[in-house]
Amino acid sequence: MSTLLRVEDLSIAFGEAPDDVRVVESVTFDVARGETLAIVGESGSGKSVTALSILGLLGHGGSIVDGSICFGGVDLHTLDEAAVRRIRGNEISMIFQEPMTSLNPALTIGKQVAEPIRIHRGVSWKEALEEAAQLLERVSIPDPRQRLKDYPHQFSGGMRQRVMIAMALACSPALIIADEPTTALDVTVQAQVLNLLKTLTREMNSALVLITHDLGVVAQYADKVAVMYAGGIVETATAQELYRNPKHPYTLGLMASIPGASVNPRSRLKAIDGSPPDVANLPDGCPFAPRCQFAHEGCTAFRPPLRAVGGGGHMMACVGYD
Amino acid sequence: MRDYVVRRLLALAPTLLFVSLIVFFAIRMIPGDVIDLMLSQNDVASDADRAQLEAALGLDRPALEQYGVWLFSVVQGDLGNSLWQNTPVSELLAERLPITLELGFLALVVSISVALPIGIYSAMKQDTAGDYLIRSFSLIMLAVPSFWLGTLVMVFPSVWWRWAPELEFVPLWVDPIRNLSHVLPPAILLGLSLSAVTMRMTRTMMLEVLRQDYIRTARAKGLSETMVVYRHALRNCMIPVVTLIGLQAPLLIGGTVVLEQIFVIPGMGLLLLEAVSSRDYPVITGVFLVTGIAILLINLAVDLCYGFLDPRVRKG
Ligand SMILES: Nc1ncnc2c1ncn2[C@@H]1O[C@H](COP(=O)(O)OP(=O)(O)OP(=O)(O)O)[C@@H](O)[C@H]1O
Ligand SMILES: [Mg+2]
Repeated sequence: MSTLLRVEDLSIAFGEAPDDVRVVESVTFDVARGETLAIVGESGSGKSVTALSILGLLGHGGSIVDGSICFGGVDLHTLDEAAVRRIRGNEISMIFQEPMTSLNPALTIGKQVAEPIRIHRGVSWKEALEEAAQLLERVSIPDPRQRLKDYPHQFSGGMRQRVMIAMALACSPALIIADEPTTALDVTVQAQVLNLLKTLTREMNSALVLITHDLGVVAQYADKVAVMYAGGIVETATAQELYRNPKHPYTLGLMASIPGASVNPRSRLKAIDGSPPDVANLPDGCPFAPRCQFAHEGCTAFRPPLRAVGGGGHMMACVGYD
Repeated sequence: MRDYVVRRLLALAPTLLFVSLIVFFAIRMIPGDVIDLMLSQNDVASDADRAQLEAALGLDRPALEQYGVWLFSVVQGDLGNSLWQNTPVSELLAERLPITLELGFLALVVSISVALPIGIYSAMKQDTAGDYLIRSFSLIMLAVPSFWLGTLVMVFPSVWWRWAPELEFVPLWVDPIRNLSHVLPPAILLGLSLSAVTMRMTRTMMLEVLRQDYIRTARAKGLSETMVVYRHALRNCMIPVVTLIGLQAPLLIGGTVVLEQIFVIPGMGLLLLEAVSSRDYPVITGVFLVTGIAILLINLAVDLCYGFLDPRVRKG
């Protein structure tokens, strides 16, 4: 499998230079076609920001201050706005966390699903809507042709997330980034939506970056995992390896916090004492040290870089412990 | 949809009744009544003359009875006669209303066509020099009363360039050019002064809408910023803007009264001023009735716009 997306040493900051806040620090990962990479971490660890930076959608005040994002051999960061727009929704598409607010309340579902087809393939609205109906069918929305004329408020949360998936798949993108696609959904619907997403990406042989805070999801759907903490990756490995052999104290904490399979999969990761640090005021050294049961004085010297532990690309960022 | 409009129109009746009640009694409380005015033209007026005149005009009956009589004929479509000219009030209104409608409509068009594009531009260029310039200008337009600007427009061009706005009114269908050169200057003044608030509202709402999740979705599809604004943001930001335009209806009407006076345009505003100073009760009530209906119709139009802008309203 050849690498499709390679993010290297990516650092992202918000604000103006001297007093900017680095919310993502030296993040490196890659994903190949047909592969699913899960990015796991607590709220505020920088998962969404990382995802948005790939599409150049950081918005006001956010910028990539270091590193590169190579997609199909091209550094996205060096492209101009028009070139990035040709990639968005076409070669890379994104599914967002909030199905209730991520669809435009004033436009019909049909128009919203057909829109990327219309702009990226230059076909007529009629043809684009025809394809949109087929897409809705593929994401198992009953009566797709009828529902094209409906508005988002006429759909349930799960249905809207299916619509979002249909929209993301519209141009058969090589890479799909799903940012906590099921967090806002009912438990019963979560599995359906994830299964659908997984099946369809497999059919298209696309790469999937699945952002989640739920390690239970990771086990079922991911090939590789990157665990993020306070803007940095603290451990990365294949999903199997990570489950069998978690190394970083933070990952161990996360594992312990998975409630016996799925008592309440919606609960945020909380089993680790203390709360995630404020990225604007990170402690010296390892950002996890204040909450780490294995921490010692050596931990505050510097922020530990990722290093290989064991084989098969298993890496982690911790000095104190092997 | 038709049912809805009919229902809304029926709901207007009680409101109009209430408005007419207030106007009817309020104008009779203005000091100095019409009889005094009429009699002041003769030096010697006896109490008998007075009683006779009152009886002739029907003003000798108790106020409540007068109201009942008035209401009864209004329901039949008769607004009564002017106390001074003996012409039917409806005839006076029919003559004056189109002129005010023209002024008001032009002012509204100016206001909207200035406020929307500039408000959107200002939002898209948030915090640039252009944005600051536009916002400062709109503050000035907010602060400066239009009667003052109107007076300037009347006075200074004639002093500087020996040009003065038309003063003799010609109907639109008689000579459109002369008519517009008379009506357009006050329409522009009124439109600009109304546009200040609308523009600021458009800017604020546009910025608010551009922060929404679905705008991020639209950008993630690869839309250009222009398409994001016009296809995805505009409609959502128009709902409060349309509400505001509806709320400005009384300001618009008030503005026409003032500017008709300054620019000598014989519309409803001028009619009202004449009627008030001559205590011509039926004319005053007639003008208020029509104004009330106009404001209520504008509100109805605003409601219908919601249905067009927001699909959630349409179904309900
Ligand atoms: N527009 C912004 N301006 C300033 N700071 C921001 C902005 N967006 C995100 N941040 C900061 O970046 C950090 C990472 O945020 P991010 O949204 O990536 O977290 P996350 O891992 O996706 O969390 P969650 O699980 O809650 O979605 C947070 O500390 C957040 O406060
Ligand atoms: Mg997030």
